Amino acid sequence: MTESMEVEKDELKKRTLTAWEKVQIARDNDRAYTQDYINHIFDQFMKLHGDRLFRDDGSIVGGIASVDGQFVTVIGQQKGRNLKENEKRNFGMPYPEGYRKALRLMKQAEKFNRPIICFIDTPGAYCGMDAEERGQGEAIARNLYEMAGIKVPILSIVIGEGGSGGALALGVANEVWMLENATYSILSPEGFASILWKDSKRAGEAAECMKITAHELKELGIVEQVINEEEPITNINCQGVCDCLREKIIDFLKKYRGKTKEEIVEERYQRFRKY
Amino acid sequence: MLFRTQGRKSKKIIENYHRQQLTEGLFQKCEACNQIVYTEDVIEKKHVCPNCGHYFRVTPMERLGMVLDSGSFEEWDKDLKTKNPLDFPEYEKKIARMQQNTGLSEAVVTGKGKIGGIETAIGVMSANFMMGSMGMIVGEKITRMVERATQKGLPVILFCCSGGARMQEGMMSLMQMAKTSQALKHHSDTGQLYISVLTDPTTGGVTASFAMLGDLILAEPKALIGFAGPRVIEQTIHQKLPEGFQSAEFLLEHGMIDKIVSRKKMRKVLYFLLQSSGYHANGKGEEKNG
Repeated sequence: MTESMEVEKDELKKRTLTAWEKVQIARDNDRAYTQDYINHIFDQFMKLHGDRLFRDDGSIVGGIASVDGQFVTVIGQQKGRNLKENEKRNFGMPYPEGYRKALRLMKQAEKFNRPIICFIDTPGAYCGMDAEERGQGEAIARNLYEMAGIKVPILSIVIGEGGSGGALALGVANEVWMLENATYSILSPEGFASILWKDSKRAGEAAECMKITAHELKELGIVEQVINEEEPITNINCQGVCDCLREKIIDFLKKYRGKTKEEIVEERYQRFRKY
Repeated sequence: MLFRTQGRKSKKIIENYHRQQLTEGLFQKCEACNQIVYTEDVIEKKHVCPNCGHYFRVTPMERLGMVLDSGSFEEWDKDLKTKNPLDFPEYEKKIARMQQNTGLSEAVVTGKGKIGGIETAIGVMSANFMMGSMGMIVGEKITRMVERATQKGLPVILFCCSGGARMQEGMMSLMQMAKTSQALKHHSDTGQLYISVLTDPTTGGVTASFAMLGDLILAEPKALIGFAGPRVIEQTIHQKLPEGFQSAEFLLEHGMIDKIVSRKKMRKVLYFLLQSSGYHANGKGEEKNG
């Protein structure tokens, strides 16, 4: 990070951020990623691989973790911090096999009665030829459909970029939380401006009108909780937010322990039925 | 000088005449082969160009007319009012203009009808209404249709046609993908059949939700079907896409759909699939329930 960026970041702390500034923060290369949250929140984590159909997609990590003595399944999109890492992580843009791996792990969690915690951080599902050939649309659709029937509680936390259908494919949850400087959108502001105004340079303006920030989405009823960030969260300073999230996750697990499978599914259905 | 203006004028008159003829519907121009063809022939061929075989886009009512027993359609939830969750400028005006131009209230028509006497819930999306994009009303109408089908024990047939999510409704539009998919899951859990028919074009959030969730997925020949639009992919990979990429034929080859069905045969195929899944003219068969 350059010095001028440091100064800019300090300035950002002092005032309310615009939606477009939050877009930049959510995309920042120093932003805390899924693996950072896993390391700081959970007591144990064992990574599991593969969709059993094609290959292991590095843009989605998943496995079994424990928190406060309870086992959970954790799944999230993982970005790389540099070009080399992104050869594996594909900038956090999953292929169909990534979504199929996520679904496999969710079904496994359901079978062994482990609650599911998803971390959402993706610019969107990957838009390449091979992704289309292997059914990107089908993979996302299948996740929405199957998640609707999963009989264990699901919690999704948007930690960075919540890019459209590629984010929602991990987001059909009983509760959805959002970090204060995360975004969740139908499309990137650049794409939105390009489609509606034929001018991707108006992305800043688009960001302001799209209602993509945590507080706006809480007002719209898209998320249940906004997780406060004292300063934009990075992989260095994330301990505080992770401690807070750990407590909240423990509360979430307690709250759902008393519910029957039918209640869990029905409550999730009603949550999305209201839109 | 005088001549030229007159020449231009008369040319314009002729153009206007042709346009009038086209709008009056005696002739129409095929966008694929540029031939002027008789509208009557087009209708007789189920809106397929008699010259080159190109599939014209059809309105929901024309579509229903082609597949349902005549007079059997009963429309549901016609008058749900479009909301403007982002307070997007001019959105209400745009909707009003679309309604006026198409005679539709939104980008999907839903209801129930009969095919060979077999009752089914049926929905048809319209490309003419904001590119068939899915906003809250489209999602709500489809969800209500599926929920009602679940209650009544009816199959669902859905003709998809959409550019994807309705941008002007932001995240509320994205949520429709989850809402419709979960309704279909419940419908399926009660043992009911869902057939999705993909027509040109089916892309974006619709492909990534109900379009790809059919027990059986049919498509019209040459329909464009994909998650990302061709231009977005070309921009991502910085190369041109090969001919026929994301066509119905391409999806069939890659194992993504069950069958490509011509318009001419669509009604017969749907009837066969309903019947072979245990539905009869007097409701669902015992063998499936018992």
